[in-house]
Amino acid sequence: MTKFFTLLGREVKSFFYSPIAYVVMFFFLLITGFNFYIGVSLLNRGPSEVTVIEAFFNTVLFWIAYLLIFPLITMRTFSEEFKMGTIETLMTAPIRDWQVVISKWLGCLVFYVILWVPSLLYFAVFQWTTKSEAAHAMGAYAGSYLLLLLMGMFYIAIGCFASVLTRNQIIAAVISFCAITILLFAGLLSFIVLNMTPGLRDFVAYFSAVEHMGEFSKGVIDSRPIIYYTTMTVLMLVLTHQVFQARKWKL
Amino acid sequence: MIKVENLTKRYAGVTAIDNISFEVGKGEIVGFLGPNGAGKSTTMRILSSFMPATAGRASIAGFDVFENSLEARAHLGYMPENVPLYTEMRVTEYLIYRAKLKGVTGRRLKERIGDVKELCSLRDVENRIIGTLSKGYRQRVGLAEALVHEPDLLILDEPTIGLDPNQIRQVRELIKNLGKHHTILLSTHILPEVEMTCSRVIIINKGRIEASDTPQNLLDQLRTAGGVRLEAKTGSDNGVAELQKIAGVKDVTVEREGDWETFLLKTESKGDVREEVWRLAVDRKWAVRELSRRKATLEDVFVEITHADV
Repeated sequence: MTKFFTLLGREVKSFFYSPIAYVVMFFFLLITGFNFYIGVSLLNRGPSEVTVIEAFFNTVLFWIAYLLIFPLITMRTFSEEFKMGTIETLMTAPIRDWQVVISKWLGCLVFYVILWVPSLLYFAVFQWTTKSEAAHAMGAYAGSYLLLLLMGMFYIAIGCFASVLTRNQIIAAVISFCAITILLFAGLLSFIVLNMTPGLRDFVAYFSAVEHMGEFSKGVIDSRPIIYYTTMTVLMLVLTHQVFQARKWKL
Repeated sequence: MIKVENLTKRYAGVTAIDNISFEVGKGEIVGFLGPNGAGKSTTMRILSSFMPATAGRASIAGFDVFENSLEARAHLGYMPENVPLYTEMRVTEYLIYRAKLKGVTGRRLKERIGDVKELCSLRDVENRIIGTLSKGYRQRVGLAEALVHEPDLLILDEPTIGLDPNQIRQVRELIKNLGKHHTILLSTHILPEVEMTCSRVIIINKGRIEASDTPQNLLDQLRTAGGVRLEAKTGSDNGVAELQKIAGVKDVTVEREGDWETFLLKTESKGDVREEVWRLAVDRKWAVRELSRRKATLEDVFVEITHADV
């Protein structure tokens, strides 16, 4: 276990060695801050049906920023080690392949969580200035942030999988960006294709991140998305592990 | 310490190593020689469990590198070619990270980090970022890293490549000292280095082992090893014919430069015919301005073995 935490520690720290982490954090804060400003302005216009949490998590700007961070966080995980040749020193140490895969995935997840921490401040400021109790259902917070964590787990696992496929970080970023975008837009099909059968509509809604967020940010915590994201995360990590081990296949 | 049996590795139709077998005993320093692409790095990568062999077995300290890979790796300090390092980390930080990965903890961790920094003269740069270090220092960081868990066996792939002559000398000294406590398998192109550091040489060419012996024995076995060089004025004599009469001379070539002729006599590797040549020169009243012996080097062995078909 010590070895695993040593690996994890390096993965988390490696974000802060490079300027990428700070650039990503800066622009992510800028976009989410702007997004929050828009949400609050909307609420200021008059009586509204949505809470500040819903207004924050269900905008186009939120989803754009959200799509972009995953390729940026995950593209270097494996690709960089392949390119620099450090994979050879890493894998000739007495450690197991799965320890490397999980530590890389978890390292990204830790950074992703750190990325979200400042956003809590927005809501704290909102509460402090408005002194409104009604806008602050704890369920809505719990739901939104739980879903953020679940989606993060899955999308980071996709990113790690893309990165283990290639030694080129740009290619890894393109693959994960496309995969996550397609997943997201597939969930929006029910808005585009209007003559869907109800069964198909339900099926699409099952993996629609936008719809999940709509529910969770109201504080409605559904078990189906929880199961969906966890199983898909496990699946992607197993695939990543398989590809990572492929170099050991006796051909 | 190392046992390799009938090891074969094929990549997409290309046979990188072809049914090789060898052993390295405890305490040996073995030099692994061969032209580029001969299969040195491939063999080392298989030994370090980085890639599997297509066929055959290899074990380190009794542990199969494929089936008991973790135990085998725990006994091994491996420095890959070109020494890949995390360039954004600091020297001490990197060594601590690697030591922990190799299971060195607690008080021993602190001791070992201090020891390897001392051994590899890294004290001056311990807080520097690896990316800012010169090639020589990086090489030493790589070596320190390979040594940090006190492995029984060190495998070093081209430890002196890209270093300047002073650095090469330092690394060579270091390796020689390490040989007192560790078994070492190192690959290199630099032949004088092998003659100076290694107790045994394995020459590999086109994926096959061509020779495996002490440097001295290899020199002795060399067919066209030694030679004598004579610069003389032979006047009207046929120098080549006279010299060829000497017992032990296998071949004589000559170059003319005015009145002076330079004869190159090829002999058996152990044979020294200088005395006979001198007597002949005195008898025939040749004027001599140089009579010297050329010793065979490992380079001759290498060229003879790896270019046998040329």
